Amino acid sequence: MDRERLIDLMGEIIPDEKRILTDQADLYSYSYDASFGFFVPDIVVQPKATEEVAKVMKLANQFEIPVYPRGQGTSLSGGPLPVKGGIVLDLSRWDQNLEIDSEDMVAIVSPGVITGNINAKAMEKGLIYPPDPSSSNIATIGGNLAENAGGPRGLKYGVTKDYVIGLEVVTPEGEIIRTGGRTVKNVTGYDLTKLIVGSEGTLGVITEAILRLYPKPASTQTLMALFDDLVDSGRAISKVLNSGILPAKMEIMDQASIQAVEAYRPLGLPTDVEALILIELDGHPMAIADEMLKVQEVCKEVGVREVKVAATSEEAEKLWRARKLVSPAIVRVKPTKISEDATVPRSKIPAMFQRLKEIKDKYNLDLVVFGHAGDGNLHPNIIADKRNQEEMKRVEMAVEEIFTAAIELGGTLSGEHGIGTMKAPFMEMELGEVGLDMMKRIKQSWDPKNILNPGKIFPEIGQRLVLTDE
Amino acid sequence: MSKTNLAYQETFDCVQCGYCLPACPTYKTMGKETHSPRGRINLVKMAAEGKISLSELEGPIDLCLGCRACETACPTNVQYGKILESAKEVLQEDRRNRMPKRVKMFQSFFFNRVLPSDTVLTMAGAGLSFYQKSGLQKATRKLGILKQFPENIASFEKILPEVAGPIRTKSRVQRAPVQEVPTYSVGFFTGCIMNTMFSSINALSIKLLEAAGCEVKVIKEQTCCGALQNHSGETKITKELAKKNIEAFEKYQFDFVVNSIGGCGAMLVEYDHLLADEPEWAERAKNFARKNVDISVLLSNLPLPFKNEIRKTVTYQPSCHMTNVQKRTNEPLELLKSIPGITYKEIPEKDMCCGSAGIYNIVNYHESMDILDDKMEQVKKVKPEIIVTTNPGCHLQMKLGVEREGQSENVQVVHLVELLAKSCEINV
Ligand SMILES: Cc1cc2nc3c(=O)[nH]c(=O)nc-3n(C[C@H](O)[C@H](O)[C@H](O)COP(=O)(O)OP(=O)(O)OC[C@H]3O[C@@H](n4cnc5c(N)ncnc54)[C@H](O)[C@@H]3O)c2cc1C
Ligand code: SF4
Ligand code: SF4
Repeated sequence: MDRERLIDLMGEIIPDEKRILTDQADLYSYSYDASFGFFVPDIVVQPKATEEVAKVMKLANQFEIPVYPRGQGTSLSGGPLPVKGGIVLDLSRWDQNLEIDSEDMVAIVSPGVITGNINAKAMEKGLIYPPDPSSSNIATIGGNLAENAGGPRGLKYGVTKDYVIGLEVVTPEGEIIRTGGRTVKNVTGYDLTKLIVGSEGTLGVITEAILRLYPKPASTQTLMALFDDLVDSGRAISKVLNSGILPAKMEIMDQASIQAVEAYRPLGLPTDVEALILIELDGHPMAIADEMLKVQEVCKEVGVREVKVAATSEEAEKLWRARKLVSPAIVRVKPTKISEDATVPRSKIPAMFQRLKEIKDKYNLDLVVFGHAGDGNLHPNIIADKRNQEEMKRVEMAVEEIFTAAIELGGTLSGEHGIGTMKAPFMEMELGEVGLDMMKRIKQSWDPKNILNPGKIFPEIGQRLVLTDE
Repeated sequence: MSKTNLAYQETFDCVQCGYCLPACPTYKTMGKETHSPRGRINLVKMAAEGKISLSELEGPIDLCLGCRACETACPTNVQYGKILESAKEVLQEDRRNRMPKRVKMFQSFFFNRVLPSDTVLTMAGAGLSFYQKSGLQKATRKLGILKQFPENIASFEKILPEVAGPIRTKSRVQRAPVQEVPTYSVGFFTGCIMNTMFSSINALSIKLLEAAGCEVKVIKEQTCCGALQNHSGETKITKELAKKNIEAFEKYQFDFVVNSIGGCGAMLVEYDHLLADEPEWAERAKNFARKNVDISVLLSNLPLPFKNEIRKTVTYQPSCHMTNVQKRTNEPLELLKSIPGITYKEIPEKDMCCGSAGIYNIVNYHESMDILDDKMEQVKKVKPEIIVTTNPGCHLQMKLGVEREGQSENVQVVHLVELLAKSCEINV
């Protein structure tokens, strides 16, 4: 169908012409996300009602036009990219509903609500929404649900999927369905809620979500432990978790990230240690005071160089600053950051560190590692310059090897950022032929015309990881 | 001037993470990525690569406030200011080639003559206010360029301050007896619009500095800071003005050059960036920039002779120039809180721009009012009796906001210096 006609038909669905974007400048502004790749759509629409989404999907089905749901475009895996042209469905303006029901301990939200706002509003009523991806102040809940986002608190509290109990979804064929409900327990039929969560916008458009909330923990305490030897830090992680303590957060930084932070904003961290671990405990103040002693004991047993316990919340914030500064610190030298999230079983963290070091040396790249130590979700970040094609080729090879390493160690391609376009070529390596085919069959039955977010998750024939503009 | 003058390499520093999105007022009110920092940086890159035309870049760049909140929010230190200035300059050049002659004449008159010229502004200041009766307004009327903004001008007319005329280096400023050994020797930067519209604030500033033990001089050789010209992409004129100011102040041995106008201050502290690639000026510009501080920076470190309690609920609307360019967030606030008697309440999202942004509120009136209405929603939550600002642009905008809410009877808008002076019983 020609573009003019598409715009006309869209005008019949979306009453407010301001929410239909067709200028070049607008189209180019929805052609990227926070990862790689650049694709210009034909039209961008900003729905604000379930009916509007349903009608757009029906139209798209009738004329077989691809549709790409999009939140705030912070995806690190290419999820919302309009790789085959067509319609971008910008859901970020649809943030009108954010209701906290403290009696049922649930939140009911529209898809464009910023995740951090859910937690902030819940806190006003003494509750929390625990999933805390570091992008929670910018990403939408729709994007979080579609990517099954997680964060440091995942160790103790789980990730997005553990908090969704009900959804309203528009199917690729334009039908409106509800999955789950407002109860924590629900075993009526297949669990479509969990199927939609993490489906990266390929099975349906989420138009409303019902989320569980938790009581706010009475207090928190933070500790920083410095290790001369990386292997010791790995042992400390396992031992703490085996001692009956479940920290709210447990984060690790390697020597390269510590050095980067010190070079950027000196915090007085020793740059000759191989690893640093940050631990946050939460719960009743007396309980965590006791646990804190135990954590220190365990660290000493495995040969920690130094332990710092924050006496006040300001001090705690200062300790966490080290972790927060990693991202800005590492892009100081070169601007392009390739942020991976390969995840391994907890016991394999030291082995994974070793593999990463080998990869770094082999390809002669700037590679730093930090991440969620408690659940094995590491963030190896490669720092490069997009303009240097030769370097980017080495990055491509290194990334492939990182994935292979993670899978060989019994882990997974992605702990939280999703597959999108970036990791699609590696799917079969992890899932096997049949595993991937079962997923494809699900996709085909939901979306027979393959119009909802095509080109994601499933590799095209011969598709490879490409980070250069060729 | 061509596309190659766009700050193309700088756009690569943007990793498109989106951290700047919630900080951007135009993203919030205009509701699309095109009017976000990330969007604008990408469009500059696209224009530099020839993928979109300059006219497609124009709208998004013109509608940027230049508040640079995005720069403060950015975790990877993207130089948005530099990218924006480059785009403005390229667009201005492009426009100059297309612009009707009358508009061209007005702009060149306004930027080259009216702002930097003491005489024109002094003439205007002889009992006349800037927009109401100034030569500028007559000039603009004659040229007919403001005809398209009747509503804007009508709105501003209501809120204009009473003009007392500019500071005369000799007659207006009566020196308070300075203590034996002055703490600092200060050169006072008057600013051209400030000195016409808000000359009483300049006068109060000088008296406060003196009361705090400084020796203050207002030198005649100073000229306009160049901020408005720079925001319109007139880099050449800006550089000339900068050089004049540097030269002027170099002749004296001041410890500090002080101003009480957030917008000018922001320009002055960035003279080093402006002249970075002119070898004979770079070092001098750096020295000059280093000496320039907002008045709150000095006063918050010096004892002030407070006399009266001000028993009011007060809030503070920081100027973007102060927060994101001069990066002075604590000093004005601490100073404000040190006034005896006041109850300070913080506006939620106080760091969001009020939408005044130089001449943005005149040129992009409706967009600016959307931003202002958003701001007033937040202001209402703390029910202030006084709104404090540190910049004439914000001052007028907040007054307009109060007026739009029908609150002129109950809410006062003042410059920080005015409140300090009142509490110290210092009068013009
Ligand atoms: C600096 C930075 C830090 C990050 N940190 C983390 C982290 O700690 N943990 C983590 O898990 N992720 C992290 N991310 C990745 C990213 O923020 C998450 O994947 C987030 O969930 C994306 O949300 P979004 O609103 O930006 O969605 P988008 O990026 O716009 O879209 C993401 C995917 O969701 C789909 N989608 C969006 N809305 C809907 C909807 N309503 N219905 C159906 N599908 C939809 C899109 O099609 C796409 O496939 C980070 C990203 C950045 C840039
Ligand atoms: S300068 Fe202000 S208005 Fe412009 S992009 Fe940055 S935050 Fe938005
Ligand atoms: S925060 Fe900085 S790096 Fe991130 S999108 Fe904005 S300008 Fe780019």
